Amino acid sequence: MSDMTAEQKVKFYQKGTFTVGNRLVDQARRSVQASMERSNAITSGHRACQGCGEALGARYALDTAMRATKGQLIAVNATGCLEVFTTPYPETSWQVPWLHSLFGNAPAVASGVAAAMRVKGRQQVRVVAQGGDGGTTDIGFGCLSGMFERNDDVLYICYDNEAYMNTGVQRSSATPPTARTATTPAIGPEPGNVFGTGKNLPLIAMAHNIPYVATASVANLHDLERKVEKAMAIRGARYIHIFVPCPLGWGSAGHDTIRIARLASECGLFPLFEAAHGEVTGSLPIRHKVPVEEYLRPQKRFAHLFKDDDGSARIARLQRMADANIKRFDLLRDVEETPL
Amino acid sequence: MLKQIEGSRAVAEAVGLCRPEVICAYPISPQTHIVEGCAELIRAGTIQHCEFINVESEFAALSVAIGASAAGARTYTATASQGLLFMAEAVYNAAGLGLPIVMTIGNRAIGAPINIWNDHSDSMALRDAGWIQLHAETNQEAADLHIQAFKLAERLSTPVMVCMDGFILTHAYERIAMPDQAQVDAFLPSYQPRQVLDPADPYSIGAMVGPEAFMEVRYLAHDKLLQALSVIPEIQQEFKEIFGRESGGLFHRYRLEDAETVVVTMGSLAGTVKDMVDERRADGVRIGVITLCSYRPFPLDALRRALQGAAKVIVLEKSLALGFGGVLATDVRMALHGVDTLVHTVIAGLGGRPITRKSLARLFGRVERGELKDPHFLDLDLDLVRREIDNQRNQITAGPIAENILRDIGPRATKVG
Ligand SMILES: Cc1ncc(C[n+]2csc(CCOP(=O)(O)OP(=O)(O)O)c2C)c(N)n1
Ligand code: SF4
Ligand SMILES: [Mg+2]
Repeated sequence: MSDMTAEQKVKFYQKGTFTVGNRLVDQARRSVQASMERSNAITSGHRACQGCGEALGARYALDTAMRATKGQLIAVNATGCLEVFTTPYPETSWQVPWLHSLFGNAPAVASGVAAAMRVKGRQQVRVVAQGGDGGTTDIGFGCLSGMFERNDDVLYICYDNEAYMNTGVQRSSATPPTARTATTPAIGPEPGNVFGTGKNLPLIAMAHNIPYVATASVANLHDLERKVEKAMAIRGARYIHIFVPCPLGWGSAGHDTIRIARLASECGLFPLFEAAHGEVTGSLPIRHKVPVEEYLRPQKRFAHLFKDDDGSARIARLQRMADANIKRFDLLRDVEETPL
Repeated sequence: MLKQIEGSRAVAEAVGLCRPEVICAYPISPQTHIVEGCAELIRAGTIQHCEFINVESEFAALSVAIGASAAGARTYTATASQGLLFMAEAVYNAAGLGLPIVMTIGNRAIGAPINIWNDHSDSMALRDAGWIQLHAETNQEAADLHIQAFKLAERLSTPVMVCMDGFILTHAYERIAMPDQAQVDAFLPSYQPRQVLDPADPYSIGAMVGPEAFMEVRYLAHDKLLQALSVIPEIQQEFKEIFGRESGGLFHRYRLEDAETVVVTMGSLAGTVKDMVDERRADGVRIGVITLCSYRPFPLDALRRALQGAAKVIVLEKSLALGFGGVLATDVRMALHGVDTLVHTVIAGLGGRPITRKSLARLFGRVERGELKDPHFLDLDLDLVRREIDNQRNQITAGPIAENILRDIGPRATKVG
């Protein structure tokens, strides 16, 4: 591992097709992945499931951060799928220096790395910490809030697949209402996860008044790259919350990952926005609004909603949540040209 | 330079002389004065090129230390009691990652009932985490051990806890020979990490290891601690050459020549015990003391040799394994495995209960007369305990034990020793 250079030239096997990073659009709109010179933080060969949104999100996010820092990057990882599938001993997918300590301490470990860089006068080396939604919104929340509050120079990325996937799909505080998980089974009077629970970490992050907060999605990789790039241009605590479907946990087809992620934003359930110092600075308008059913239907975790009238009532409740997001972030505003 | 100084302050200054680069901590009595001292020394510019990070919990304190150390910074933290337990997961992790973090433990009891006073329950709870655990007998030794600890930690790439008795040492003012910077610089080379997070040479640190290699990884960690058994005395010697003082080592011996009875203990209690030993010796009793400095690794062989010739061993410890008995006593028995030596377990001083000369005199008398049952709880109020046991037997809803006992003993409860 150590004899490889951090930045590798990437080999594309499907040159001339549409598959690799929208190479047919003009230069400015191309994704980083379209470049032959692109950085490569996570090599292939890892053990993620087919269609894993987290693997995709992490690769785009870290490649971008690596590029933005010209390879001067250290990654810290919480326990979870990303950690496990990238480092089955004695192999590793990481081409950046990478440290995994525990499930709940990634933000604090990253603060420590950043402190070491500062004290050694190596501030050009930047730190990214990453974890799943459980590692972020639940067990790592105290450390994350501490890192935010101190405004430590760390970009924290949460890969939100809305449950504890690595341990077999249990509920986290990012699991949406009605979703079936192993600890919120789709049985009884209130099947799946209950309404009125859970937390919205991007909003909580904003309440810390940190310089940058954003949500992103694997359905819009260009937007994701732009946000990571922007975050890396800023010093202090930054937070990006990335929506990453999990075919295994959600009961969706591997080839539907991008589609489902897109539907999550197009129906309003996962708004894409940015904030600076506690204020929302922009959002990505919905291009083709869809009802929440379209998002819910391809996922087995919501299958119980389509069985009876009670289910319909719950879908209506989810629709109201989506509508509230649309209103709050002004997602249906008229835009002349769709910004990227 | 001789200074009349609080133990905590001496430790803060000693740590400062070691040129730490990252210090992070969360306050808990009786550790607070140490980290306050560090913070002040950094702000005042006495400690330079060092980051002080105020964290939100002990779990974060050690986690920040893990990140900083893995990134190549010399890192220090301190805690006690509930704080040590709060960071327990990270304690094991730091050792598993082989990070040479130095951490002071201001030894304190663990609740419930909450109790801020000294015993050794906290560091004992994490004795098997893979850290070297050194116990200071005096504040001079506490200061010296920190300087040795960085060298030891970095030489072996293993974290080190320096344990010092809460309040008894942390808050005591004593005359201490403070080392000067030139001496410490001559003793302690700069930190050269074995593996470090560096974009120029990207390592993955903390990867998953399955059954195919975990045993071997664990064995190597065990072996590293065993290596410390020879490195600790080496460093003790190196320290002596520069500072001219005897500090640290595996254990201290006191009047062991021809001793028939040997008291084995740890920490500040040794002072009182030595005074008592002098008294007994004056009466012609052949008694001596071993004060353990290195509790982990535990010096089984050296201790066995040192206890050769003793007919009786009294293990005087400030820890209790509930449902079992002595902790240190068990280790000492292991050292004496197969040897026909009578070992007494004496549990004393839990939650700050004073260990007086009078109690020790009574204890030694009973040992000499062969009257001591094992394990023995020094100064335990047996009547009180029996009343509460009866109370609980007769009532299903007996209420909270601690509160019942306080009510039972009445005004004495407010008199804290
Ligand atoms: C202290 C602790 N508690 C529980 C676990 C077990 N555990 C490991 S990964 C994980 C789930 C991770 O979920 P998330 O953070 O959402 O990441 P994902 O696997 O979904 O990407 C859990 C519960 C652990 N490793 N450590
Ligand atoms: S369980 Fe989900 S998050 Fe984990 S590797 Fe599979 S698809 Fe990815
Ligand atoms: Mg998850």
